[in-house]
Amino acid sequence: MIESLVALLFCQLLGEALVHALALPLPGPVAGMMLLFLALLWYGRKKPAETQVPGALADTTDALLRNLSLLFIPAAVGIVQHVATLRENGVAIAVSIVISTILAMAVTALVFEWLGRLLHRADELPRADAP
Amino acid sequence: MTPLAIRVENVWVYLAASPLLWLTITLAAYAAADRFAVALGRPAYANPVLFASAILVAILLATGTKYETFFAGAQFVHFLLGPATVALAVPLYRNLPKVRSALVPMLAALLCGSLTAIVSAVAIAAALGAPRAIQVSLAPKSVTTPIAMSLAEQAGGIPTLAAAFVIATGIFGAVTVTPLMNALGLRDYAARGFAAGLAAHGIGTARAFQVDSLAGTFAGIALGLNGALTAVVLPIVLPGVFALLEALHR
Repeated sequence: MIESLVALLFCQLLGEALVHALALPLPGPVAGMMLLFLALLWYGRKKPAETQVPGALADTTDALLRNLSLLFIPAAVGIVQHVATLRENGVAIAVSIVISTILAMAVTALVFEWLGRLLHRADELPRADAP
Repeated sequence: MTPLAIRVENVWVYLAASPLLWLTITLAAYAAADRFAVALGRPAYANPVLFASAILVAILLATGTKYETFFAGAQFVHFLLGPATVALAVPLYRNLPKVRSALVPMLAALLCGSLTAIVSAVAIAAALGAPRAIQVSLAPKSVTTPIAMSLAEQAGGIPTLAAAFVIATGIFGAVTVTPLMNALGLRDYAARGFAAGLAAHGIGTARAFQVDSLAGTFAGIALGLNGALTAVVLPIVLPGVFALLEALHR
């Protein structure tokens, strides 16, 4: 577990360094995720599917991601600092967040599924004509 | 006061200022909220982030504790967000074939969803008369907190307010994504997860992982991609949106 944590923190550290050095519009941890992904591609290149991710790393990441909700709670409690603003413009803010979030989710999922189905059909049509 | 009451008060004063107390209470609130959600069969409305933070906000208000005191303990949990983001590489790698085959729909959905999230948030807040600083702080509400805060600051918003909007958006998205997708008749877990991660960032991703690992993977990708795209696109789109709103107003 400790070695896996070192691996995760090391990727994050490298990501932070890269983002600052190149002034990228990304948070360091997202760059770290890409670095770990590249490392896994390299590590698993000639291995059978079930051993491609080291077992200890898989256990640690699964445990972290299973409890991902917990990690947002400290930031969520920060809402107490903005009670006054929320009281003053509460309706405009609430309506904006509610409608805009529903719209964004619906548009994203519909475009994803619609285009996926369209491309899937384009793939299959020539094959359906073949003998 | 009796000597016992004074002693209890002294212990409270000592503990209330220590990180240990607030770290313990944070973990306990999450454990309780999570157990509650599991007992109900994990329906979307029993969101652990929502319930645990509601418990904690009530405790802070009841005891008159400052957010800074609370955060001194809770920061140890907050810190793990970084390594957890890095950890998203593992499910991404495991589901690589499925991700590769969905590349085109994914990128198209990313562009449409990202622009919808920005433009609709600003337009609705403007139509309802919110001041410009609040409109700007709402614009990056769908992206992960660190990006949203710096974008809001650059564009003339209020960074800590932007962070609060990001969290509210995440919780609302995580609570509504399942019923919304069911109402739209969308069954594809890749599409559902991608939408959750795009519109509701990490909190939507946490919800997606609770439902299905493939949904969680696509949510994680959407969270990363939308953060990067919004960072590039928002400074370009925002002046255009404001110009358009002014023209409509006239």
